Amino acid sequence: MTQYILEIAYLIASITFIIGLKMMSNPKKARQGNLIAAAGMTIAIIGTIFLYTKEGLTSRDSIKMILIFGGIAAGTIIGWLTAKKVQMTKMPELVSMFNGMGGACAALIGLMEFHHSVGQPSTMITVLAGMIIGSVSFSGSIIAYLKLNGAMAKPIRLPKYNIINTIVMFALFAFAAYVVASGTDSSVLLYLLFAAALFYGILFVIPIGGADMPVVISLLNSFTGLAAAFGGFLYDNKVMLTGGILVGSAGTLLTIVMCKAMNRSLFSVIFGSFGSTAAAADGADVAGSIKDISTTDVAVLMNYSKRVVIVPGYGLAVAQAQHIIHELELLLEERGVEVKYAIHPVAGRMPGHMNVLLAESNVDYGKMVEMEEINAEFEQTDVVLVVGANDVVNPAAKTDPSSPIYGMPILDVEKAKHIIVNKRSMSAGYAGIENLLFYNPKTSMFFGDAKKALTDLVAELKTM
Amino acid sequence: MEQILSFISTHREMIYFIILAVFVGVEVIGHVPSVLHTPLMSGANAIHGVVVVGAIIVMLDTDASNYVSLTLGTVAVILGTLNVVGGFVVTDRMLDMFKKK
Repeated sequence: MTQYILEIAYLIASITFIIGLKMMSNPKKARQGNLIAAAGMTIAIIGTIFLYTKEGLTSRDSIKMILIFGGIAAGTIIGWLTAKKVQMTKMPELVSMFNGMGGACAALIGLMEFHHSVGQPSTMITVLAGMIIGSVSFSGSIIAYLKLNGAMAKPIRLPKYNIINTIVMFALFAFAAYVVASGTDSSVLLYLLFAAALFYGILFVIPIGGADMPVVISLLNSFTGLAAAFGGFLYDNKVMLTGGILVGSAGTLLTIVMCKAMNRSLFSVIFGSFGSTAAAADGADVAGSIKDISTTDVAVLMNYSKRVVIVPGYGLAVAQAQHIIHELELLLEERGVEVKYAIHPVAGRMPGHMNVLLAESNVDYGKMVEMEEINAEFEQTDVVLVVGANDVVNPAAKTDPSSPIYGMPILDVEKAKHIIVNKRSMSAGYAGIENLLFYNPKTSMFFGDAKKALTDLVAELKTM
Repeated sequence: MEQILSFISTHREMIYFIILAVFVGVEVIGHVPSVLHTPLMSGANAIHGVVVVGAIIVMLDTDASNYVSLTLGTVAVILGTLNVVGGFVVTDRMLDMFKKK
């Protein structure tokens, strides 16, 4: 009887996952969708604790129940507090960290199920696959976390890292195949395999540059989904299967969409990198000179404009200038200037990250305009203010086939009457390449830390 | 060869299920505006935390006197719960910012 109720609980949970994900693709219903999926998850977890039965499982030892509830309580408290406390700019790191935890959970399940599966090759394959994928996802996510955190900013590349990685990957497969085929029950071999999988996860992420981290996190996200699905296959557990596969396939699609937004193939993210091609672009001739602009001039220019478009980049978030930029927007609107934000698909560190950051400082959702839409409006724009963005407005993406970002869709800010670029210094952007936009006769450089420069600008505007 | 075929045959329902689920996954997020990519990734991240169900099953199945398994299982439950709770809470925080004023 309890078994049937549990099956129904799993069915309900699976449906909430599908409906939740579906609703999350609509801005108005997204929050509700997330809560529905969370409710389904709660049903699945509580149902498993109280209703799970299996031949031979007669009693629920109090020690086990204490440990399970203790574990859930500890995880809930830590997870809740971290998720509530983290700054929105740090969010990609956090997602990466949570993903790693899920991977580690799958890996531990694999470690524990190993001895129950000796002698059953097909079960063993499932156990080891979940364990290996979970481990790779775990160690890879930790490296991605460190990279986004800045603790490991530079990609570390061993000579011939592609060949080494490929060899290690095949060695890992061969090792796993040996463990399955030999029917061994050796714990030593199991832990060696576990260590090898962790090591491969590190090797996999370490050569990839920080700019590509969102793609990597999304990919690792789908890996963890896959690991969860193997767990579902192992236990013939439908809710783990649905959840795991949904995330596995949706995550893979999301990874590909992200790659497309940056005009990179998944292959080149994993096997190639900006660093290796950037050298070729160094030779690009820089013609023209740079023009400085003072705070007063920027204020005057904006005050007498009709239409202003702000192009925010990650630099804005790093400088914590999203609140002051909203203040600037309100001030200009008060004076009859129409202000919009142009959001490049990869602005920030993840697609949509910039929207979250701006929304945090109460910027109206309707004012954030996506690239395709805003590109048609630049011709009627008086002033474009680029804050902390670089590669997403680099014309080389259109004009210079040798550029590593060639082909990436960019914001056509050049069509506007005036372009003001706020930057701390003349250093290159994330992709490490020169930006010809800065040498455009219509461009004025407004140097300074984004927060300070914008605060000064707002103060100046108020006096007018 | 026969082993493979019999494996497919015995698990055919599961295989149908997996194939359909893959398509559902693709379909469900097929037309997402890029503004929602980050919350969606975070929400999907929370959903794969369903792996915690596996951790609970392992705990229930394990022998109460096997301390190694109990320890590993408890750690797995903690990590899985972290993934679920942290994932949903952070997604909720992100989406909260999108609400119309």
